[in-house]
Amino acid sequence: MPRVGVFVCHCGTNIAGTVDVPAVTEWAKTLPGVVATSDNKYSCSEPGQASIRKVIEENRLNRVVVAACSPRMHEATFRRAMVQAGLNPYFLEIANIREHCSWVHGNDKAMATEKAKDIIRMAVAKVTNNEALFPKTIGITKRALVIGGGITGIQAALDIANAGHEVVLVEREPSIGGHMAQLDKTFPTLDCSACILSPKMVDIGQHPKIKLMNYSQVQKVSGFVGNFEVEILQKAKRVDYSKCTGCGTCWQKCPQKVDSEFDVGTGKRTVIHIPFPQAIPAKPVIDWAQCRYCKFLDWKAAGEQGKKPPECRVCEKVCPVQAIDFNQQDQVVTEKFGAIVVATGYKTFDPAVYEEYGGGRLPDVITSLQLERQMNAAGPTGGEIKRPSDGEHPRTIVLVSCVGSRDAQKGRPYCSKICCMYNAKHAIMLKEHDPGVQVYVFYIDVRTGGKDFEEFYLRAIDEAGAVYLRGRVSKIYQDGKKLVVLGEDSLMGQPVEIAADLVVLAAGMEPNIGAAEIAQTLHISYDTYGFMVEAHPKLRPVETNTDGILVAGACVGPRDIPESVAQGSAAAAKAVGILSQDSLTVDPMIAQVDPAKCIGCLLCVAVCPFKAPYSETTRDKRTIAVINEALCKGCGICVAHCRPKAINLHGFTNQQLLAEVQALW
Amino acid sequence: MVTAYQPRIIGFLCNWCSYAGADLAGTSRISYPGNIRIIRVPCSARVDPLFIVKAFQYGADGVLVAGCHPGDCHYSEGNYHTRRRLALLHSFLDFTGIEKERLRLEWVSASEGKRWSQVVTDFTAQVAALGPRAK
Repeated sequence: MPRVGVFVCHCGTNIAGTVDVPAVTEWAKTLPGVVATSDNKYSCSEPGQASIRKVIEENRLNRVVVAACSPRMHEATFRRAMVQAGLNPYFLEIANIREHCSWVHGNDKAMATEKAKDIIRMAVAKVTNNEALFPKTIGITKRALVIGGGITGIQAALDIANAGHEVVLVEREPSIGGHMAQLDKTFPTLDCSACILSPKMVDIGQHPKIKLMNYSQVQKVSGFVGNFEVEILQKAKRVDYSKCTGCGTCWQKCPQKVDSEFDVGTGKRTVIHIPFPQAIPAKPVIDWAQCRYCKFLDWKAAGEQGKKPPECRVCEKVCPVQAIDFNQQDQVVTEKFGAIVVATGYKTFDPAVYEEYGGGRLPDVITSLQLERQMNAAGPTGGEIKRPSDGEHPRTIVLVSCVGSRDAQKGRPYCSKICCMYNAKHAIMLKEHDPGVQVYVFYIDVRTGGKDFEEFYLRAIDEAGAVYLRGRVSKIYQDGKKLVVLGEDSLMGQPVEIAADLVVLAAGMEPNIGAAEIAQTLHISYDTYGFMVEAHPKLRPVETNTDGILVAGACVGPRDIPESVAQGSAAAAKAVGILSQDSLTVDPMIAQVDPAKCIGCLLCVAVCPFKAPYSETTRDKRTIAVINEALCKGCGICVAHCRPKAINLHGFTNQQLLAEVQALW
Repeated sequence: MVTAYQPRIIGFLCNWCSYAGADLAGTSRISYPGNIRIIRVPCSARVDPLFIVKAFQYGADGVLVAGCHPGDCHYSEGNYHTRRRLALLHSFLDFTGIEKERLRLEWVSASEGKRWSQVVTDFTAQVAALGPRAK
């Protein structure tokens, strides 16, 4: 006989402020199977749990309904309390009367109370049909995969490796380093970005526990926490890394120059290249699509039509160790991991959609990242600020905030967080590079939330003499050699017109190219912009709803460097938490076939995305389906498909779900 | 005072996207009509058409099934099964004399608390406009 206990939580006033908790508690006694009810100020607190355990023992309860917050919040907490009270933890159901009731119906208390009763009625009906379930344990592959070799991924990989676990770091580009490697200085300390990043990059290259896979991409992920199987595509570098010494002869001699991605179009690179001098690995790749020899081969394959491109092969001729291998092909390797850290980072917003700012056609309107490359001593201009149009030193420079941030019309209503601070940095740095310049900054608000941030911003005004103008820029157009910037000073209430030599757009952050595809490959959630969704924005900031997959850094939302590093470390700690265990318990809420009912149609085998069901012949020569417990994820696709209703899903059985529906009438 | 007709609606919500989206609506205190009763399922593909038909049989005025956006299913392709299944069920409902506007399939992600409230508001109004079910 089910003996159900119903525990209604006040959650302070979160529930009790809207739902009449004492009345609901009293009413719940009338439900079929319920033998005890009680209410608690905070059920999840230790005293709350103790009182639940006491009621369970006193009334010899064998089923429990906790009417409180979402099961996504505290189901695990109350399952533990069940175990402590000596019950199977799966005899618990949560009635979500906070997120789904009191918090959304605060304006109608009577209705909310009635709805809470219904929710509890459904949970009681379900729990009466619950069965005892016993989790199984599985082994763990003690290796971690880190996707993305920016500062976040570097930090995560180093922390996991230093804890003693093997790490594979996958980077899409030829070198790790990410955006931080492109920066000249960092706010608010103005320390040199490369100087603090390079040692960490070198550590990655030399760490005995870290395997770096550059020029590679994750293309398929299967499995589950502790046992992921990942297909990694290694793009053909056409350089044999086992022979290459990184001497640099090839990229000095390569005759084909193209725009450098690393310099954001402000400089050139060769086709066989390392993106920047401190690159790790310090060995080149051939950008095959742009290579002269590739074009020659294409021309040959197309039947030698048209003009013959040069059959270059200079790199092959000059390489002292014969490391160039034009026949190298893309390779797919499959590796096993216990945990995955996603740190795919961001890209800067493309301001070309701002027609009023020239739509990308005015040469002297550049982005902050392009300015950053110009400022860098190792950059294309050797650290000199030059106008792209004529190479002259600009004297009047306008910085425009919030380009692709806080602009709902451009589909980017969120704040990119870092731009206010890097604008202040640029104002200070521009003055340092050339004391004769005058910097103007157009802003909506200056947001300086962070340690020493406000002081840094004031430095830009007081020391660098930057003029901050509150208002949006309405138009930028070319007038002779000058750029005319039209805007508004909303504090003075008057229009402003500045004749500038250079305009720098503070482009906001958006998810990196391919972020949504990575999320789909991993089956984790992402928001409308493509930022990854964390399991809980406050309490589980680096976890996802998929166990074993962690997210960190700017792929989750706009972050500055300290936050990204902190998140990389946090994700590493979570990964190490998984990898340091010897076995994991797996969710017993999976599908099971009743062999007596199975007709052997094997529709389940056809529909399962995880290949969990397989066919078996019984002793009486019948074909039936059986489900591999290790592969089943408990989605229930097969259950709903099963014609003779031979498959059921533990935890969400047909009986349980129908009881919930029926309870309402 | 005459009380306006209050339809009874059942919602089957996938655990990973829509249930979390409904949680987010709660966390963000975005209110919506209280006619819906939510049943949590691991995936929208867990919803057997039988559940929906039974719900109508018991007396539900509307049934809402919500899952992850196509391509975002936590189980890779569950929502595609749901989509096909419900397309079939829709034509079956017409056949049985239940207006097919009483059954709706929606995609609501874990970050779309606001969208969840709009979906419920909209569907509740739609079902209310249909009036009580013909016996």
